[in-house]
Formats: sequence, structure tokens, C-alpha cells
Amino acid sequence: MAEDKEQPRGAWAPAVERLSVSDVPEGAINLNLEGRVPVSPLQGFGPLWQKSFRIRLRGLDKSPAEVMAIWKAEFPRFQPPGNNFYPTLAGVQPGELIFIDSAVSAMPGVLPAIPIASGVRVIFADDETFTIMTPQGFPEAGWNTFATFEEDGSTWAQVQTMARTSDPIYEFGFRFMGGSRFQDETWHHVLTSLAGYLGVNDEWVQVRKVCIDPRIRWRGITNVWHNAMIRSMIGMPGWALRKILGRGREQKKGW
Amino acid sequence: MPQANVTMNVRHPNSAVSIIDIAGQVTAFAENVLMDAYTEASNETTRAVILNFSELEYMNSSGIGLLVTLLIRAQRQKQQLLAYGLNDHYRQIFDLTRLDEAIALYSSEAEALAAVG
Repeated sequence: MAEDKEQPRGAWAPAVERLSVSDVPEGAINLNLEGRVPVSPLQGFGPLWQKSFRIRLRGLDKSPAEVMAIWKAEFPRFQPPGNNFYPTLAGVQPGELIFIDSAVSAMPGVLPAIPIASGVRVIFADDETFTIMTPQGFPEAGWNTFATFEEDGSTWAQVQTMARTSDPIYEFGFRFMGGSRFQDETWHHVLTSLAGYLGVNDEWVQVRKVCIDPRIRWRGITNVWHNAMIRSMIGMPGWALRKILGRGREQKKGW
Repeated sequence: MPQANVTMNVRHPNSAVSIIDIAGQVTAFAENVLMDAYTEASNETTRAVILNFSELEYMNSSGIGLLVTLLIRAQRQKQQLLAYGLNDHYRQIFDLTRLDEAIALYSSEAEALAAVG
């Protein structure tokens, strides 16, 4: 994207007051999305961080746009085990939802076992970038931007987050229960998996973290009402029951 | 490092208000230009910084992120951040990203100056 090169023109999603779920991908749990208000880094609770994770795709003979096309098309594939992403049939497009079923640890060093079902909305996309925005109740309030670009003769892939934890429970989890480290490991995994998929191995992920606003945003304390982790723990048994009953009804019809 | 396709000019209509005229593209590459402009716009008497987007050609999601960083810097200095000159498309993006809840939008420079009081 040098000065004389045409900037790729992106598309923005339409503004919505609340999220509306109409197309649930096969396998997605679909909790904590319908009716939720999208939130920016200005609406969360904890300190505001900008974290950049990037990897050099050294020796790869693909342009940033070609890499981004693969990244969008295969987005769920690059997530770590247990972090299940479900784009809608339309794929990673402005205005589309990506359903996310994940889990967090009850304490540092313990395997993730507490479920979180939620999702994000794609708000911007162009040939070399896409950005997602989180809804109320998601662990973080803000945006993640996935980008590819050319620098020093190589194509690079980057994940940049600009977000605060959404509420005091998530803030505690990020600070003391390994949540922040878990997030870092997730983006490391995504970038090294993407690189590996493209045949680039042995490259390391460069990390830059800047605390843009160290203050706690106390007004965000009430965000805990929408906490997707708590609501998933409450909602999951009902979801599982509905799924079992639904399957039973389908089998009955088959008989 | 790719160069920014943006220029920013700083004006001081009075000792309490500064205006940053933004012309070109606000993307990740505009970071240094924007932060330098803010540094020039801000001093101990500045109560408000007004962003003039009349000559904005393009802004992507990274550019929106820069405005959040700028907003936090202004809030730390107890300064208001206001904007004018956004077309309907970018007003809608401020609505989408909920930036309009923190950066007050006006139609003209006169309106923005009047709002500062």
C-alpha cells in the first residue's frame, strides 16, 4: 500500500441497533447473540489495549489479497482446538455474523471447561482486511482487525485487537486466571496455522501491546448482566435438551 | 514503511479551541500524521479539538481505531473532541462503530465552534 498505489476500497456493514440472528450455521450453538447490542472499545469495563500479532510469510509467492481470500474462506480452520467458529453461508462479509463456541479455564493451567457461546459481527471488509465487532456479553468489547500487507519484500498477516474486557468478571479472568495469556496463544495459533497452511513454517509471531487507556471504566460494571459465560452455563442445558428432543422427533418422523 | 496519503493542517480559532483539517485517507498509515497534528493542536489552554473531515477521501477500520486512540488522549487532557464535515456514509460508520456517542458530530465549523461555547 505505497503512496502511489490505489487503496483497496472496503465495504462497511449497515449500522444496527441490535443483532438479529436469521441464519444459524450447522453445529453452532447460537446463544447470546439475538438482540445483543454491538459494542465498541468505548463501552467495556477494563483497561483499553491495542494488541498486534503479526507473522512474516517469508518466501510465499502470494499477494496480500490472495492470502486474505484464503484467510476469509478458511477462517474457522485456523482456530485452536475447542475454539469453534461458524461463519454464516455468506462467509466473512460485512454485516454477517460469525458464531463462536469456546471454553475458558476455571483456573490457570487447567483445561478450558467453562463454555462460552456467543459470536461477533463483521463490520468492515476489503481485499486485504476485515474487522469484527463484539456484542454485549462477549469477553471483550471492541474490534479485531485481520489484515494482510506487504513489507520488506514479503507478505505479512496480522491480527490487531482494540478492546477492553467487557465486565469485572472477565477482567478478573484476564488478569488472574490466564485469560490474557489464553487470548495471546489463540492469536499465535491462528497466525502460525495460517502460515503453515500456506507452506510457511519456522516463522515467529511478532507481538506489540500498547495500553491505550489504563483506567477502569466503572460505568461498565453493569455489563455483567449480559455476561455470555454465565448465560452460557445457564443456557447450555436447555440448548442440549432441545437438541436431544429435536433429534428424537426427527428419528420418530423417520420411523 | 508505506507513506500516509493524508495531510493535516492545524488551526487555532482561539486559545481554547484547535481545528485539525484532515485531507486524504485515514488508515493505519495516518497514525504518525494524526498524532503529530494532535500534539500541535493541544496545549495547556486547549479545551476542545475539532476534527474537520470535509476533505476526507477514505477511512477504513484502522482509521476508526486511530480516532479511538485520539479520543482517549483528548479525554486524558480533559479536552472535548468534536467533528464536522462528515458525509452521510461516514456519519453512518460513526453510528455503526458507536464513535458518535463519544465524538459529537456537527454539520459545519460554525456549529462545532458554537457547541464548544
